[in-house]
Amino acid sequence: MPKKLTTILVPVISVILGLLVGAIVMLVSGYDPVEGYLALWEGIFGDVYTLGGTVRQITPYVLAGLAVAFAFRTGLFNIGVEGQLIMGWLAAAYVGYAFDLPAIIHLPLAILAAAVAGALWAFIPGLLKAKLQVHEVIVTIMMNYIALHVSNAIIKSLTDGGEKTPAIHESASLRSAFLDNLTEYSRMHYGFVIALIMVVIMWFILERTKRGFELKAVGFNQNASEYAGMNVNKNIILAMVISGAFAGLAGAMEALGTFGNVSVIGGFTGIGFDGIAVALLGANAPLGVLLGATLFGSLKFGALNMPNVGIPVEIVSIIIALVIFFVASGYIIRVFLERMSKKKEAK
Amino acid sequence: MTKRKFGLALSVVLAAGTLLGACGSKDDSSKGDKESKEKNFSIAMVTDLGGIDDKSFNQSAWEGIQKFGKDNALEKGNGGYEYLASKSSSDYNVNLNSLVRRDFNLIFGVGYLMEDSIKEVASQKPKTNFSIIDGKVDAPNVASILFKEQEGAFLAGVAAASVTKSNKIGFVGGIDIPVINRFHAGFVEGVKAVNPDIKVDAVYTGAFDKAELGKTTANRMYTSGVDVIFHAAGATGNGVFTEAKERKTKDANANVWVIGVDADQYKEGQVNDKTNVTLTSVMKRVDIAVQDVAKKAKEDKFPGGEILTYGLSDNGMALADSHGAITDDVMKKIDDYAKQIADGKIKVPEKVEK
Repeated sequence: MPKKLTTILVPVISVILGLLVGAIVMLVSGYDPVEGYLALWEGIFGDVYTLGGTVRQITPYVLAGLAVAFAFRTGLFNIGVEGQLIMGWLAAAYVGYAFDLPAIIHLPLAILAAAVAGALWAFIPGLLKAKLQVHEVIVTIMMNYIALHVSNAIIKSLTDGGEKTPAIHESASLRSAFLDNLTEYSRMHYGFVIALIMVVIMWFILERTKRGFELKAVGFNQNASEYAGMNVNKNIILAMVISGAFAGLAGAMEALGTFGNVSVIGGFTGIGFDGIAVALLGANAPLGVLLGATLFGSLKFGALNMPNVGIPVEIVSIIIALVIFFVASGYIIRVFLERMSKKKEAK
Repeated sequence: MTKRKFGLALSVVLAAGTLLGACGSKDDSSKGDKESKEKNFSIAMVTDLGGIDDKSFNQSAWEGIQKFGKDNALEKGNGGYEYLASKSSSDYNVNLNSLVRRDFNLIFGVGYLMEDSIKEVASQKPKTNFSIIDGKVDAPNVASILFKEQEGAFLAGVAAASVTKSNKIGFVGGIDIPVINRFHAGFVEGVKAVNPDIKVDAVYTGAFDKAELGKTTANRMYTSGVDVIFHAAGATGNGVFTEAKERKTKDANANVWVIGVDADQYKEGQVNDKTNVTLTSVMKRVDIAVQDVAKKAKEDKFPGGEILTYGLSDNGMALADSHGAITDDVMKKIDDYAKQIADGKIKVPEKVEK
C-alpha cells in the first residue's frame, strides 16, 4: 500500500471507528446517534455564534498544548501546565484590574505578567530537576495543587474574603465589541491571534535558533549533549521556563478573554491536563499542536450542544473521549493496515 | 522526520474534516420542527458544577421546574421545560446562551457561581427573563432569589444540640461564601440556644462537588467524638452520608447522625430497612421559589430587578420530616423556635461571631 494512502486512511478510519463506537454507546443507552452527531456538528459549525465559541475553546488548548509539547521536545514531562495556567490566570487578572493604564501598555503588561507567572511556577521544577535531579513529574504535579490553593488564598486576601476578583479594566481585555457583535456574544476574543503567534514562535525557537537546537539535543540525549559541550542544566531550566510561559499565556486567555476575572475554584480547570493529550495528538510539533487543539477544542465545545437534544452530559463525555481515543491510537490502525498490505504482497 | 510530521499534521486535518463531513449532509432536517412548536410559556435552568442529581440544590430547582411544567401541561424540551448541566465554569455562558437561543422565556441560573454569567448574558439578551438563585444581579430582566438559610439552620442546630450525647457537633461547609456562612451562623446559634457549652467543629472543604473530601472530613469528625454533623456542601456532603452509613453498617449501635441540606435527604441516609442516619434536613425550598417566580413571570408580573428573600415565614425554609429520629418534645421545642423566628421575635444572625 502506498505510504500516502496510509497517511490519509489512518485518521479517516480512526475517526469513523470513534464515531461508530460512540454511536453504539448512544444506541445502547437509548439515544438517537444521528441526532446526537448532528447536534455536535451544529455545536461546532452551526452559525457564527458556535464558530466563535469553538475558536474561544481552542485558544487555551493551543497554548496549553504548546507548553506540554515544548517541554516534551527537551525530554521533560511538564504535567504542571495546569498549575502554571492557574498562576498565569491570577497574574493576568490582577494586573488587569489593579492597574489603570492605557490599553497599549496595559494589555501587553497583563499578558506578560501571565507569562512571567507561569514561567516562574515552572522554574522551580526546572531548577530542582537540573540541580538535584528531582523528577519533574512529581514536582510539577505537586506544584499544581500548590498553585490551586495559593491562587484561592491570594484571591481571598485580595478581596477581603471574597470569591472572585473585580472585573479587569477594558484596557486589559482581549474582548472587543466588534467580535461580540460578529459572533453574537460568543465570548470569542483576540487571544487566538496570540495563540497563533506563539505557534510560530515555538516553531522558530525550535527550528531556527541555536538555542532551540540545543534544547532538542538535550531532549534526544543528555549525555551526548553534554559531551558536545552544551550546558544541560541550563537548557533544562530554560525549557521549563519557556514551557511555563506558554502555560501562563493560556491562563491569560481565561483571565483577559473568556472570564474577565479570576475566582476561587474548587478543582482544576482541566485545560492543562487536556494540553498533554493535545501535545501528543500533535506529535509535539507546533503545527501539530494547533491541529490537535482544533480537534480537541471543537469536540469539547460542540459537545456542549449535545445535551440540547436530550443526551446527558455523561454520555457526551464518553463519546468525545472515544473519538479522541481512536484518533490518538491511530498507530494501531497504521500497523494493521501495513500488515494487511504485506499479506497481499506476499500473495 | 519533517515529512512524517507533515503527514501527521495532514492526517489530523483530514480526521477533523471527515468527522465533521460525516455529519454535514443531514444538516437541514432539524431546523423545521423548531418553529412548528406552539408558543408556550417555557422555563429552563442551568445547573452549577454539582449537576442535576446533586441530591440537593440543583435537584430541588429542577423538581420545581418539573412541577411547574406538569401544572402547566408543558413537555420537556423546546417550548416546555429543560435543564442544561455545566461541567466547568466556562460552560455557564454557553449553556445560558443555548437556552436563550432555544427561545425559553425564563431561565434560571442555579447558584451564586453563575452571578457573572447571568449578569453578562442578561445584558446581551434583554428580551429574555433570567433569575439567579442564591445570588444578586441588578438588571431589569433578572430576578434575584435569596434564602434566609440561617433560619432553617437554627432549627437544625436546636435539633442537633438536643440529640447529641457527646456534646460535640460538626459542621461541614462547601466553599466559604455568604450563603454557606448563613447556614453556619444559624446552626451555631441554634446549638447555642439549647446548650451554650457545646462547641461546633466547623470545616469548610472548599468544594461543592468533592464527595471524597466530605467523607474524609466526616471521618475525622466522627473519630474525634462528634455524633451529629450538619453539612451544607452540596455533593461534597454526599461523602458525609457515606461515612456515617459505613460506620453504622460496621457497628449498628454507633451514634452517628447527619443533617442534610437543601432537599429532604432522608433517602441518602438509608443504611438498611430499619436504620437511617439522617436526623433531619434543612430544606431550602428552591422548588417553591422557582415555581413562585415562574408563576409570576407567566402572569406577566415578572419581578425583574427585585431581590426576593424566602424564609421560614413563607415556607422557603423548613425542616424535613425526621421519621421519628427526633422525639416529640424536641419537635415541640423546634416548632416553638420556628414560630418565634417566623414572627420576627428571634433574629438569627447571618454571620458567625468570631
